[in-house]
Amino acid sequence: MSDGTTDGSILTVQNLSASINGQQVVEDVSLSVPATGITAVLGRNGVGKTSTLRAILGLISRSGEIRLAGERIDGLRTHRIVQSGVGYVPEDREVFARLTVAENLALAERQREPARELVNELFPDLVQRRNQMAGTLSGGQQQMLSVARALINDNRILLVDEPTKGLAPKIVADVTIALRRAAEKVPILLVEQNLEVVRQLAGDAIVISGGRVVHTGRAVEFLDDEALIKRLLGVYAEAPAGNGSEESA
Amino acid sequence: MSSLILVTLTGIGLGALYFLVASGLSLIYGLMHVLNFAHGAFLTFGAFIGWEVARRLDSESWWVFALSILVGGVVGAAVASLTELALIRPLYDRHIEQVLVTVGLALAAVALFEGIWGADPIYIAGPAWLKQTTDVFGASIPNTYWVLMGAATALLVSLVFFLRYTRYGIIIRAGVENRPMVTALGIDVRRAFTVVFAIGGSAAGVGGVLAAHYTGYVSPHLGSTLLIFAFIVTVIGGVGSLTGAAVASVLVAVLQQFANYYLNGTGDFIVVILLAAVLLVRPAGLIGRRA
Repeated sequence: MSDGTTDGSILTVQNLSASINGQQVVEDVSLSVPATGITAVLGRNGVGKTSTLRAILGLISRSGEIRLAGERIDGLRTHRIVQSGVGYVPEDREVFARLTVAENLALAERQREPARELVNELFPDLVQRRNQMAGTLSGGQQQMLSVARALINDNRILLVDEPTKGLAPKIVADVTIALRRAAEKVPILLVEQNLEVVRQLAGDAIVISGGRVVHTGRAVEFLDDEALIKRLLGVYAEAPAGNGSEESA
Repeated sequence: MSSLILVTLTGIGLGALYFLVASGLSLIYGLMHVLNFAHGAFLTFGAFIGWEVARRLDSESWWVFALSILVGGVVGAAVASLTELALIRPLYDRHIEQVLVTVGLALAAVALFEGIWGADPIYIAGPAWLKQTTDVFGASIPNTYWVLMGAATALLVSLVFFLRYTRYGIIIRAGVENRPMVTALGIDVRRAFTVVFAIGGSAAGVGGVLAAHYTGYVSPHLGSTLLIFAFIVTVIGGVGSLTGAAVASVLVAVLQQFANYYLNGTGDFIVVILLAAVLLVRPAGLIGRRA
């Protein structure tokens, strides 16, 4: 167990509910994220996976109890939550298109000695493109940059939202390697539709349906239970859900 | 030929004045989505305080002139920061209420200025050189225009440097693009709001002192008049774009001067036509992005 964790969990969420413009998108979600490894959040499109991550960060209106390493963070503003050690890789990358790669990374740096060596090792392409506008990068490169922004600080947990969405298989493999390396240093709560990626990375799995947690357990056991997958996700494990590979590197 | 030069250079000088006001408006709207109708009040207040400083010392001294500009800038920054902290911040993301507050503040400020300094224009003195002209290929250009051009150029260069090479500058550029994501990187974007308001207020305060020398007087309505053109410039240039504000300032003012000179004083009308044309063809402005 890491320092300050509760029952081996780095992040615990109790009775989290969230709404966007008055419409409830997360309903009474309770979950805990182990202090090591990758925990996958699974579910059909629109069930509240992304909203759960955004609610944990305080990016949308929410209620409930959220603890990071035993300390409540649900009363903090978003920037304070992030400063307390929660890294975030958003869905759709959200890099700053009109800033250079170097500026995007510089903006993310919170500590005196950022982990530039790790980022440079994992993403050498970004080093070469450091003066390039982020908006001119390919989708895969933008995803690398988005992950790099989270890895450049020593976080206590990373919230990673659909990092392989819309990427070519080669880039999916690169992102998978980067996340595996990152997970050696920091636990990750990973929203992911690509079940093959989940199988490679995740130790535990949490399934959300209708804004509620409907299943928790070991990821491999869940992925091996085709009937359960079919019932909860509406797909077969052999056919990754929502894994569009329409974009080349 | 000389009249062509005269109209062009005075247009550029007037554009410089517009830019001093519009740059702050554009940055404030770009980052915070606040339509700051009180911006003209910052300008007027800077002009009055700058004048007060100058008349108490030596109005005709260059040092005092420089000091009055400095004081105008500091006062503008201080009032703008206080406005952001006390009135805008509590209404975070409530844009209608923010507009109402800034409109109310603008009206109250004019009434306050009239109460303190009276409703009539107060004619001001300055260094003798400012009242003179410089001959450029036969055109006599009032020297005030050179000061305006110099101040606007200095502001543009300073802002470009600030936005490109400082951390707060990068935060502001990122915030204009995607404010929630800046917060999600662990940055308190509200500090950037105050900084942007201070910069905009400072530019307006400097603009106020120079506008007073440009018109030859200070009055409670000095800022209100310029604010209208500053808003037009901001919209034409593209909100949030400093370059757009600079280009649009010169474009609007030069066109205005040409229309006034060659089309029987129809400058203001032509500016409105230009605004309508830009809104029809490029609603996001010349250099702005679509929402």
